[in-house]
Amino acid sequence: MTDVDVAIAGVGIHPFGRFADRTITDMGVTAVRGALGQAGVGPGGFQAAFCATAYGGVASGHRVLARLGMTGMPIVDVEAGCASGGAALMLGAGAIRAGAYDTVLVFGVEKMPKGMIRSSFFEPWQEVSGLGATPAYFALRAQRLMQDSGVTKDHLAAVVVKNRRHGVHNPDAMFRSEVDAAAVLTSRLVCDPLHLWMLCTPNEGAAAMVLTRAKARAGAGSPARVRLGAAVLRSHLPGSVLDESTPMSGLVDESVPAPSTLAATAAYEEAGIGPEDLDVVECQDTDAARELLSYEELGLCPPGGAAQLCDEGATALGGRIPVNTSGGLLSKGEPLGASALGQVVSLVHQLRGEAGHNQVEGARLALGHTVGRGANASVVVLTR
Amino acid sequence: MRAEHAHQGFLNTAPVTLGETAPDGGATGVAVAVRVGLFTDTDPPRLLGSRCQACGRHHFPRHDTCPYCAADGALPVELSDTGVLWSWTAVTIAPPGYGGDLPYGFGVVELPEALRVVTRLTETDPSRLSAGQSMAMVVVPVGVDDEGHRVMTYAFSARDPR
Repeated sequence: MTDVDVAIAGVGIHPFGRFADRTITDMGVTAVRGALGQAGVGPGGFQAAFCATAYGGVASGHRVLARLGMTGMPIVDVEAGCASGGAALMLGAGAIRAGAYDTVLVFGVEKMPKGMIRSSFFEPWQEVSGLGATPAYFALRAQRLMQDSGVTKDHLAAVVVKNRRHGVHNPDAMFRSEVDAAAVLTSRLVCDPLHLWMLCTPNEGAAAMVLTRAKARAGAGSPARVRLGAAVLRSHLPGSVLDESTPMSGLVDESVPAPSTLAATAAYEEAGIGPEDLDVVECQDTDAARELLSYEELGLCPPGGAAQLCDEGATALGGRIPVNTSGGLLSKGEPLGASALGQVVSLVHQLRGEAGHNQVEGARLALGHTVGRGANASVVVLTR
Repeated sequence: MRAEHAHQGFLNTAPVTLGETAPDGGATGVAVAVRVGLFTDTDPPRLLGSRCQACGRHHFPRHDTCPYCAADGALPVELSDTGVLWSWTAVTIAPPGYGGDLPYGFGVVELPEALRVVTRLTETDPSRLSAGQSMAMVVVPVGVDDEGHRVMTYAFSARDPR
């Protein structure tokens, strides 16, 4: 794209979960301090900040940085639903590539209300009619996936079992216990075919990173240095009734590409790689079917191939292309503004060889993916 | 349920009345559409959509501007009252702002206008539904507003329940 590379000089995270005694600002401060400390960046060391949040309210980013006395530079809050963090990363990296800044702070903060997410997205008549049921849209997508491919409820349960097994070893995850398929399939039925444990929980948390400008092809630098190969955000194209834009109608037309596919295609091109080159992936697993659909949309398998990829164990730790080694949103929960950046933090640990029990040996190329309301989809490619 | 939910932002018109006024002449028993302009007060009822004069594609709910090609002047049309089931589930937990019965069916019905519509379903047991089955539009109650009106919305019902 340009001769400017963007490096991730430091990452920080506040665990994802429920923290009654911590404000959204407290959590942001923890994550930001972690990232700045790791990068060796102090006051005046970054020229812009982008803060991702969907529910944080006015000036969420300012509130965090004011606590640290690190203000004066542009601080911009960014909302793009589940992809808010990816959007902030795109803006930060783009500004560095454009030559506007040398060092940018990107962070995400969230403290979600409990229960089914209430969104200003739906109009009152939709809510009164019962059409504001977000998990029901997930269920309709799951049902279509089952109609159109070999995916069964057993595959949905298998995704949960895999991610919860991975999550056991992530100290920043909300749920750190293994579950078995029978327990998943007998947990409360929310919207057939989705049971409660197949749905991620909205929660709280924060994640942060420092981006720095680095000359490409300079040849120097630490081998463990992580570079941002691409940070792409896309919205939906009109026509698909079940994409994350949740329209009330759509066309009988299967050729409309999904927003995640748009983002992935652009990210692969920008990074000069293909899905076959990836060593480790974090993808949107808001619900178990969403992960399987993401396999197809990201090109990890051919259309209709998600069930087979799952059956082969390819996406489990030790498999050909491990997915959600952090435990995914099913283990971590989903604090909207922080979730995409939380994925990046996990992937940076993988590329640095710091992922401990869940380390993918020799991981060099990683992808993070989110998709949600808007529609918004983000795909981030990281290399070392 | 707050009454303004049923009446807010409805093209500045009064709520449409569906059905009979109660015998005592009071408000109780008066049925109002959850939003004016969504469906007709006819038997059978029909969804109110639009057809773009530029690209020929249909959309729902009705808008003057085509959401596919941005052309203005989309023609108001009454959509077919029958279609086939494309996806389905049942909602077992009340979503925000909803005060009607649980569980309730929820799905997507494909209409002959090459349009897929998100809708409530009258069938609350997903195991009784299957892809491609024939569906017909109905109007169903989803609660009572603060003025005692029965609030009505659109749904689809299996034509040959199994």
